Amino acid sequence: MQQLVIGISIGSIYALIAPGYALVYSLLDFSNWAHGEVCMLGAYCCFMAVKVAELPFWLSCVLGVGGAVAVSLFNERFAYRRIRSNGSPNMFLMIAAMGLSTTYQNLANVIWGGKFKQMPKLFSVSSINVGGAFIGTTDLLCLALALIVLALLLYIIRKTQFGLHVRAVACAGRTAALLGVKIDRVIARVFMLAGALAGLAGILYGMKYNVYPTMGNVGLKAFVASVIGGLGSVPGAIVGAILLGLIETIASGYISSGLRDLISFSLLILILLVRPSGLMGVDVQDKA
Amino acid sequence: MLNAFQEGVVVVVCVNMIAVLGMSVLTGFTRLFSFGNAGFMSIGAYTAAICSVQLHLPFPLAILCGALMAGVVAWLVGSLTIRLRGDYFLISCLGFGECVRVLFNYTKNITGGANGYSGIPYHTTAAVALFCAVLAFVVAWNFIHSRFGQSLSAIRENEVAAAANGIDVVRAKKMSFVFSAIYAGWAGGLYAHYLRHITPALFNLGKSSELIITTVLGGLGSLTGSVLGTLVVQLLPEIFRGLAEYRMLFYGIAVVVVILVRPSGLFGYREFSLTGIIRFFKKKFGRETSVQ
Repeated sequence: MQQLVIGISIGSIYALIAPGYALVYSLLDFSNWAHGEVCMLGAYCCFMAVKVAELPFWLSCVLGVGGAVAVSLFNERFAYRRIRSNGSPNMFLMIAAMGLSTTYQNLANVIWGGKFKQMPKLFSVSSINVGGAFIGTTDLLCLALALIVLALLLYIIRKTQFGLHVRAVACAGRTAALLGVKIDRVIARVFMLAGALAGLAGILYGMKYNVYPTMGNVGLKAFVASVIGGLGSVPGAIVGAILLGLIETIASGYISSGLRDLISFSLLILILLVRPSGLMGVDVQDKA
Repeated sequence: MLNAFQEGVVVVVCVNMIAVLGMSVLTGFTRLFSFGNAGFMSIGAYTAAICSVQLHLPFPLAILCGALMAGVVAWLVGSLTIRLRGDYFLISCLGFGECVRVLFNYTKNITGGANGYSGIPYHTTAAVALFCAVLAFVVAWNFIHSRFGQSLSAIRENEVAAAANGIDVVRAKKMSFVFSAIYAGWAGGLYAHYLRHITPALFNLGKSSELIITTVLGGLGSLTGSVLGTLVVQLLPEIFRGLAEYRMLFYGIAVVVVILVRPSGLFGYREFSLTGIIRFFKKKFGRETSVQ
C-alpha cells in the first residue's frame, strides 16, 4: 500500500512531463530531448525566486512555471522553427534538441554549480496515516496537483477549439494549414503548454527531492513513460507514466534500488520489441 | 620525448578518435543515431581489462577480445532493435547504454561495482594509441569506400530506393551498427589500459552524447571531418585550460549553431584532401583571373 502510493506520486510527476513529449511528437514527429531541461530550468527559476528574491512561495511557483514556458517557447522560436523552415530532415530537429539539452545542463552547472539545492519545504515533513500507510504531504500535493492539471490538459485537448487545432495539425498538418489553422501558432502554443507542465513537474520534483543541474534526466524517464504509453498519445503518456512510477517503486522496494533503472529501461526495450506503438497504440489518425 | 601530460593528451585524442570514427560510420554514413556507444565502450573496456588482469592475456589479444565482445553484443542487440524507426532505435540504444552502466554497477564481484575496476596494466602509450588511430582510420576509409560502404550511403540517401536496388537494408544497417560497436569497444579497451582504473560512470550518457556531438560538429558523412572534429573537441579544452568548466556548454551551443547554420557540419560530405585544397585554390585563383 505504502509502495503503491509512493509509486503513484512519482508516476504523477512523470505524468506531468510525459504529455509534453507526446504532444510535440504528435505534431512534429520528433522527440524533444530538451524537454527535461525545461523542467530543470523551471525548478531553478522557482528556487531563485524564493531563495534569492525572497518572494512568496506561490508567486515563485508562478515564476518557475513562467520561466519554463519562456524557455520552451525560446527553443521553438529560436531553433526548431528555423530547422523546419529550412526543410531539413527530422533528424536535425533531434540533434538540435540534444545540443540544447547539453547547453542548458551545462549552463545550469556553470551558473548554480553542481550542488544539490534544497527547495523550501512547503509543509513540515509530516505524513498522514491512511489505512496503515504513511503518506507524505508532499506526495499528496504532487498527486492532487497532477490530477487537476492533467484533467485540465485532457479537457483542453478534447474540448476546446485550440485542442481541435492541435489534433488537426497532428493528423494532417498541410490539410489543417489549408483549412485556416495557423500551424506555427498552434505549435508555439503547444510548446508553451508543454513547458508549463514541465515547469510544474520540475518544481514538484524539486520539492520532493532536490534541485540540481542533471535533474533534467527525469525527462528521460518521462520519455520512457511516453514510449510505454505510445509515443504521440497524451492519455497513453499519462497511463504509461503512472505505470512506470509504480513499477519503479515496487522494483526498488522488493528487488533492489540499484536495479531500478535497469528494470525501467529493459521494460522500455521489451515494449519496443513487442509492441512498438505502445500500450495505447495509436495510428497516425488519432495522435494527440 | 613527450612528457606525461602530452602523452595523456595524445592518448585521449586517439582513443576518442577511434570511437568517433565508429560513430561516424553509423551516424554519418548510415544515418542511424545511437546514444548507446558509451555502453559499447564500457563493454570493451571491462572485457579487455578482465582479460588482461584475470586471464593474463597479452595486451593486443585483450584489446581484440574487448572489441569483439562489443561487436557480439551489438550484433545481438542489433538483431532485436535495428528494425525500429529512427527515434525508437535511438531510445532503445540509450536504454541499452544505461542498462550496461547499471549492470556494471551492480555486478560487484566481477566488475568492482561503482568503485571501479583497478590494477589494469599500463600498455596504451602514445605510440600505441597513434598507431591504433591510424589503423582505425584506414580500415574505416576502406570500409566506407568498399561496395558495402557504398550501400550504406545509399541507405542514408533513400532507404526505399536502396532496398529496391537489391541492398539488404536490415543487414547493412546491422553491420554498420556492429562496426561502430567494435570501434567503441576498441577505444574502450585502449582507454582502460591507459587509465588503469575504470568505473562505470566514465561511460555514461554524457559520453555518448559527446561522441554524437563530435560527429555532428565534424560533419555527417565525412571521416576526415570526424578526425578534425575530435581534434577540435578534445584539444580546445587542453589549450584553454581555464575554460574547462564551460567546455560542454560551448559544444552544446556549437551543435545548435551548426545545425541551424550549416547542418552538414564543418566538412559536410566532403573529405579533406590535398588535391581538394589545390583544386579549391585553383578555382579561387581562376575566378580572380577571370574577373580581371
